[in-house]
Amino acid sequence: MAGQTLSEKIFSRASKKEVRAGEFVMADIDKAMVHDITGPLAVKGFHEIAGEDAKVWDPSKIVILFDHQVPADSLNAAKNHLLLRNFGKEQNIFNYDVFEGVCHQVMPEKGHALPGKLIVGSDSHTCTYGALGAFSTGIGSTDMASVFATGKLWFMVPQTLRLMADGRLPSRVTSKDLVLRMIGDIGADGATYMTCEFAGSVVSRMKMPERMTMTNMAIEMGGKTGLMEPDEIALAYLRERVDDLDEDAVLHGDEDARLDERIWDVDDLEPQVAVPHNVDNVRPVGDLVGTKIDQVFLGSCTNGRFEDFELACEVMKDEPLAQGVRMIVIPASRTEYMKALRAGLVEQFMESGAIVESPCCGPCMGGSFGLLGPGEVGLSTSNRNFRGRQGSPDSFVYLCSPATAAAGAVTGEITDPRDF
Amino acid sequence: MIRGKAWVFGNDVDTDVIIPGPYLRTKDLKSLAAHAMEGLDPEFACKVQKGDVIVAGKNFGCGSSREQAPLALREAGVSCVVARSFARIFYRNAINVGLPVVEVDLKCEEGDEVEVDLAQGTVTIGDRTYQGTKLPDFLLEILQDGGLVAHRRREKEGVL
Repeated sequence: MAGQTLSEKIFSRASKKEVRAGEFVMADIDKAMVHDITGPLAVKGFHEIAGEDAKVWDPSKIVILFDHQVPADSLNAAKNHLLLRNFGKEQNIFNYDVFEGVCHQVMPEKGHALPGKLIVGSDSHTCTYGALGAFSTGIGSTDMASVFATGKLWFMVPQTLRLMADGRLPSRVTSKDLVLRMIGDIGADGATYMTCEFAGSVVSRMKMPERMTMTNMAIEMGGKTGLMEPDEIALAYLRERVDDLDEDAVLHGDEDARLDERIWDVDDLEPQVAVPHNVDNVRPVGDLVGTKIDQVFLGSCTNGRFEDFELACEVMKDEPLAQGVRMIVIPASRTEYMKALRAGLVEQFMESGAIVESPCCGPCMGGSFGLLGPGEVGLSTSNRNFRGRQGSPDSFVYLCSPATAAAGAVTGEITDPRDF
Repeated sequence: MIRGKAWVFGNDVDTDVIIPGPYLRTKDLKSLAAHAMEGLDPEFACKVQKGDVIVAGKNFGCGSSREQAPLALREAGVSCVVARSFARIFYRNAINVGLPVVEVDLKCEEGDEVEVDLAQGTVTIGDRTYQGTKLPDFLLEILQDGGLVAHRRREKEGVL
């Protein structure tokens, strides 16, 4: 019998039997995360399932945080925060509240995402933590309510699609460009319900922030999760954050596991842009040069980390924003904000004319501030360009890397960052 | 058996157009319903009749994990979503909130009368019957109970 993929191994551990892709399992959840948008419905569902006075299955395995509408941007948002705050207190669940930043940065950063574990979050980009070798996936509020009550959830074990990237990324071509190209080639549903396992020499050389950008986007090709084999770079990241890291519990896929594979050679990869209104509508930046921009958003769980800001600052140098262009910069977490602050990057953004906000999702899902008006064009380092995603249904969102976003901010139009 | 009039949409209908981000502040189901499909058709919530069926192309419900998407459709009166394929988080969420979903490739015009046999996974339009993916029994049970919350309560009460 062929060996097992990494995700088959994780589901075998979590369901206490040897399983393969296609089998249905009832699995034990190692960690569950809810935020301010999807958490309130999960709490409501939990009480409906388990009763008004019921206790969650294990408060130490649940994390609450607020990131989508913080600080509370409306009375309804404040009420949602209050509901979750009270639930956390009653149930003795740790709550980062409004203080730490975007869930998909905070969870890995604070050591909640561990290799070999099964993690669920009531947010589709929960697939991000696969960069550390965890099987982590987004679920809805009722599934989460059921997890709160029982600590278990049913799954169909996904097949694995390995996305291999070999070669060297050219200067100012980033992991975002690579994953956008992959999504363009595979399509928005080309990896539906599959584990998107990123591998190859390019991925092996990437640091954790670049890796998280890729696993974050797995859902944009329909993936159940993004995943990477945990290597020395991942373990070094974890050792800095987890005191009692159990390195013997780290799981790896077998070499003879059954999976599909696609290969990309990245030596000649150009910066890539996803054109409205689909993430798989991906074109090389050269096709779009000259497209006028109204707003640049640098941030999100995809590209809101210190390294992303460093690259943007390197491209912008001391140039001011182009006339008439707004730039919103939002660090993905308080920690990333502090790093940018200490390195002088926040000052550089402010000098250029950009607005730097406190850590949150910002305009990414269009449910808070920084929205686009009718007819306006946004250039964004986030993960979705669906119609109306960042404001008016008549606005247009182009997705790109931090380098391409920075180049656009100073020219006022989509620009090849390699020309700077 | 589900019977209703078809509203036809294309491929990759995402959760942001099913229920746009600005309306996620509320848990009020009526106000979610009032904005169902607003990103593609601002009049949809007024036009849709109780029992109507959504028929769509591939990758229906792609995007975010917001359960407000199937809730908005259910509360607006949609009795079933029939699509060539579904994004998986939406698929689970729909079953969990008691909104029937059938994966099937078919020809359908706006306004056609659609008949869905959930247990068999078939969809009939006029004299044409299409075989779709039949749901496993444990998911059918969740749908028959009206969603995962009701299903778990029945389990708890020892009915099952």
